[in-house]
Amino acid sequence: MWVLLAVAVVVIGFALKINSMLVVAVAGIVAGLIAHLSPMKIVEAFGTGFAGSRSVTIFVVVLPVIGLIERYGLQHQARQLIGKLRGLTTGRLLASYLLIRQLTAAVGLNAVGGPAQAVRPIVAPMSEAAAERAHGPLSERMREKVRSYAASADTVGLFFGEDIFVAIGSILLITGFVDTTYHLKLDPLQIAIWAIPTAICAFLIHGFRMLRLDGQLARMAAEDSPEPVGPLAAEDTKDEVAAR
Amino acid sequence: MIKVEWFYWVCAAFFAIVALIRLTDSGDKKRFGSAAFWGILAFAFVYGTFVVAKTAPPAVEGFAVLGLAGLAGLGFPGKGAEESSSVEERRVLAGRFGNKLFIPALIIPIVAVLFGAVLSKVEVGGELLLEKGTATIIGLGVGALLALIVGMILFGAKSPAVPFREGDRLLGHIGWAAILPQFLATLGLLFAAAGVGKVVGDMTNAVLPKGVLLLAVIVYCLGMAGFTIIMGNAFAAFPVMTAAVGWPILVTQFHGNPPAVFAIGMLAGFCGTLVTPMAANFNLVPAALLELKDQYGPIKAQIPTAIPLLGANIAIMFLFAFPG
Repeated sequence: MWVLLAVAVVVIGFALKINSMLVVAVAGIVAGLIAHLSPMKIVEAFGTGFAGSRSVTIFVVVLPVIGLIERYGLQHQARQLIGKLRGLTTGRLLASYLLIRQLTAAVGLNAVGGPAQAVRPIVAPMSEAAAERAHGPLSERMREKVRSYAASADTVGLFFGEDIFVAIGSILLITGFVDTTYHLKLDPLQIAIWAIPTAICAFLIHGFRMLRLDGQLARMAAEDSPEPVGPLAAEDTKDEVAAR
Repeated sequence: MIKVEWFYWVCAAFFAIVALIRLTDSGDKKRFGSAAFWGILAFAFVYGTFVVAKTAPPAVEGFAVLGLAGLAGLGFPGKGAEESSSVEERRVLAGRFGNKLFIPALIIPIVAVLFGAVLSKVEVGGELLLEKGTATIIGLGVGALLALIVGMILFGAKSPAVPFREGDRLLGHIGWAAILPQFLATLGLLFAAAGVGKVVGDMTNAVLPKGVLLLAVIVYCLGMAGFTIIMGNAFAAFPVMTAAVGWPILVTQFHGNPPAVFAIGMLAGFCGTLVTPMAANFNLVPAALLELKDQYGPIKAQIPTAIPLLGANIAIMFLFAFPG
């Protein structure tokens, strides 16, 4: 039961919002000691674990080019485009993005979305522009809500779309584990088909919540007096002026 | 053959440039600590190549990584410079370039998809052109580099330093959260070594009521979600919960349809991924990238979806995965 101590370190650390890197380092060391690993072995585990998972950090290669096009006005242009589509509210926009993300992931096109290459430069500024058109300048909590919902549409769409694609990691993990452990011969396509009902539920539930966002924003706008701060594209300048 | 390691070195080069930008920024109060953080990270990305190839001792990488955690605990890296174009400049530039601005942004996914779907199967001289299982990652790297070149030409950036200064600005917003997902992957390994999975499996068995199908389905799905919340990864939860409940109870005892039971069980785990800070790459990194004040903003937006969706998974499995 001592192993649960390592889990407790993580839970308490995240709950108290202590620096997550420190929390994970301490929890890892605790787990390693419980497993009777020598201190040197624990250090080695951190090394091999880090080296072996570098692929999750590959997204940083897109930052220079995303920063470049932001400098030349991408977010402004994304807002301009939204301005032309009168009927597109924040909620409808995000529900549409959710559907696109699910459908593309379902045919294996995971790279179409993502927080670095799609949400920050395009989806979030468009959502904010649609919200501003309907409710005027956004208060801080409205802006936080719109951006959080934009991130959630991307993540939910990915999770409950990709499992319909037969060659995705989670399906290969299921067939790999089950076939070797229990001597079955599962067809990946069968597993993929059984992901469809949940995918439909995910779209209905999350899509409905995206549509309800418009009403929530309207209520928030009525309660809050808008703060005199510009949108995502403008924040950089504000900080820079303040620094001088 | 094109190797994925090359692109980790491209990342390393980017981190090294950011370290240099921080070091030479005399206006940055945290310049030395920040430069040390990105510099060590650049080293860890290159050295990692040799750790994976088992030609270098992993302890060196381990000390470097723990050093990064220490620097993060001390408040490094700092945000760095906020220098970019002004709102007014951006308005004018957007008017000048119009929808051309989307071209580099679209090149990235198009190239990545092309690599993942087409080039991943191309063989040259009996060998795969792209290293096996890494086609999309390589595609993302190639797409980013190609988009950068196209962007530089389209917009006529004056100096090759411009995109790296902009990249420094974005990376400064993300900070140490950029490598938290890698750190958590390590924690998963140590948790497994310590036997967290076995304890969870035993506990599940202890609370599992025998002989009632609906309760067994609920325990399997809740267990998948709960264990995923702890481990940050449904892939780690799946073997544990399947060995404890999915196979012996749901499939063997109640004759559940294996593809349905396992597919829906995995998706129940994904409901856990939606709500846990342990899945940092999906939940915390986007918060940092979007410059949110509340790092748990995306999780709070996902909880009200995760709970009913978990219920939907339980219902679908109970109603459709078992005979008559």
